[in-house]
Amino acid sequence: MSFEPFIVREGLAAAMPVANVDTDVIMPKQFLKGIDRAGLDRGVFHGLRYDASGAPIADFIFNDSRWRAPRFLIVGPNFGCGSSREHAVWGLMQAGVSALIGTSFAGIFFDNCTRNGLLAICAAPNDVDALLARATEGPCAMRIDLPEQTIVAGDLKSRFEIEPGRKRALTSGLDAVGLTLEHRDAIAAFEAEHFARYPWIKP
Amino acid sequence: MDAGRGTGRTLYDKIVDAHVVRDLDGLGEEVLLYVDRSVLNEYTSPQAFTRLRAANRPVWRPRATLGVVDHVNSTAADRGALMPDEAGQTQTDYFARNSADFGIEKFDVLHPMQGIEHVVMPEMGLVQPGMVIAAGDSHTTTYGAFGALGFGIGTSDIEHYLATQTLVYRRLKNMRVRIDGRLGFGVVSKDLVMTLIREIGASGATGYAIEFAGQAIAALSVEARMTICNMAVECGARGALIAPDDKVFAAIEGKPRAPRGALWDQAVAYWRTLRSDEGARFDQEIALDASEIAPMVTWGTSPDQAAPISAYVPQPNGRADIARALDYMDLRPGAALADIPIQRAFIGSCTNARIEDLRQAAAVLRGRRVAAGVRAMIAPGSSAVRRQAEAEGLDRVFIAAGFEWRQSGCSMCLAMNDDVLAPGERCASSTNRNFEGRQGAGGRTHLMSPAMVAAAAVMGRLTDVRKLGARA
Ligand code: SF4
Repeated sequence: MSFEPFIVREGLAAAMPVANVDTDVIMPKQFLKGIDRAGLDRGVFHGLRYDASGAPIADFIFNDSRWRAPRFLIVGPNFGCGSSREHAVWGLMQAGVSALIGTSFAGIFFDNCTRNGLLAICAAPNDVDALLARATEGPCAMRIDLPEQTIVAGDLKSRFEIEPGRKRALTSGLDAVGLTLEHRDAIAAFEAEHFARYPWIKP
Repeated sequence: MDAGRGTGRTLYDKIVDAHVVRDLDGLGEEVLLYVDRSVLNEYTSPQAFTRLRAANRPVWRPRATLGVVDHVNSTAADRGALMPDEAGQTQTDYFARNSADFGIEKFDVLHPMQGIEHVVMPEMGLVQPGMVIAAGDSHTTTYGAFGALGFGIGTSDIEHYLATQTLVYRRLKNMRVRIDGRLGFGVVSKDLVMTLIREIGASGATGYAIEFAGQAIAALSVEARMTICNMAVECGARGALIAPDDKVFAAIEGKPRAPRGALWDQAVAYWRTLRSDEGARFDQEIALDASEIAPMVTWGTSPDQAAPISAYVPQPNGRADIARALDYMDLRPGAALADIPIQRAFIGSCTNARIEDLRQAAAVLRGRRVAAGVRAMIAPGSSAVRRQAEAEGLDRVFIAAGFEWRQSGCSMCLAMNDDVLAPGERCASSTNRNFEGRQGAGGRTHLMSPAMVAAAAVMGRLTDVRKLGARA
């Protein structure tokens, strides 16, 4: 098992409607200097959470006592663009974030989410707008059911799409490397044929 | 698998098809993809090795991977083997231990071929047409200039790659960007790709691999093509390809890890087949006219917030993202971009620090001086580029102009070492990202070509390089 399977989760959702939130903003470079995954909750949105003197910025959602640790974030388009740093995903999860809902995510970040058990939902724009409006008013209790592919927030109920492979990975939490290594013979056979066909490629 | 893909296949689909180990979803959309090569750096790889160690798993094919120290090292002219800070030292120490224990070749900071990973890989001849190269850095798209499918991956996927030589991969859609016409004087490939990013937006190519084609692309050098493929990730592309031609073959021939003899001939014969079929279907097509493109600069905090140097800082007109960007950048709507003063100038990064970039900057700087109050520096893309520049006397041009002539590394592209902007400092930069705090907390970045950085350094403000002209 490499992470806790995502089945049904409940919690408070907060809104972060800005477009193009990049991974430098999610996890600034001063937190990339470790060789492990620990302590990254301190780094999440650091520049938005603290001012230059290190004091918390009161109205930022991670400091606002009404949420403190939002479980779900409703985000703007192209969330997670920029650097490939997986530290952004580790930090969000360590800070208690369990799912992200938006219209689009940057590719590498999106994959990084899946590999770690963070559910990134590409939802329809009008569903995202409705959730954003609700979560902007104040803390919004929400329930995400991945097997059913539904989001429920009060009277708002929506369905989302997800590729079967991602859904399987997220609901199983199984170690992806282990699963692939079950096919080691297929990889070895492919490789032998690949090197026979393109012999200059063999390193 | 070609059903619904039109009568022919795109170059992207050909490369993917040649690397499918297993079809995972029965549709050919999610596949187990074989990866030919990778390059590791010291800051995105450690946690991958820790997991391998914990699971007692070996690296599948150590010789397919090269390690390069580039992100956290010093670029001081007299640097030693040690990193500027303890955390960086811990990372490079662990990197050294991992490469040794798992049998992976590694270039440490004092290695003669050290440099930024995406500059080093082509210099070694490790990037070849038709390869799949995945690496723990988003700018791996650079390799598309050689007709190789390069893309960035996170640390979990580095681990997956190291243990299995494969990745669980979702096939992308195909986009073709055709650029015809001729680039004008003083306009370079950086301006081309910045124009594209502005046109389609920071997520305009999310979910796509872009194939660049057209006369203007064919006319570019391989290095100039690398700049385009490098920055394609800034509009969301997870792969950027240019069909390889004789210029590419010439750029590979004779490199340390290039094929030789009969293998070379066999390789080139295959490489010549690597192009999209006539009639291949692209999900999206975009056309640009190179002759209409002017030198570009960014004014905001996302690479798509860019404009020709002759333009003005935009009015937010109710757009919160623009207002926020202008606030961070401390810019007034309506101000001329060419009036914006700078305090720093930086030429470096995997986007624009190869020898041609340095030549273009030197052509502007020859016989000129950096303006008073501007601190200017150059961090060559690799140690080999640095030596080449010195052999051509470019270092003397830079030093005479008042630039710091530094060693190679990522340096102030992401400021993980001691090269950083102070809060509020404004920098003309040949790099690829103008995100908030990218070059230092509170620092303000304007992206542009290396010659434009040189012009800005000389004038002390953003400047149209065409008004300065080059000096022989
Ligand atoms: S030069 Fe910049 S963009 Fe390129 S690999 Fe280094 S940090 Fe990343």
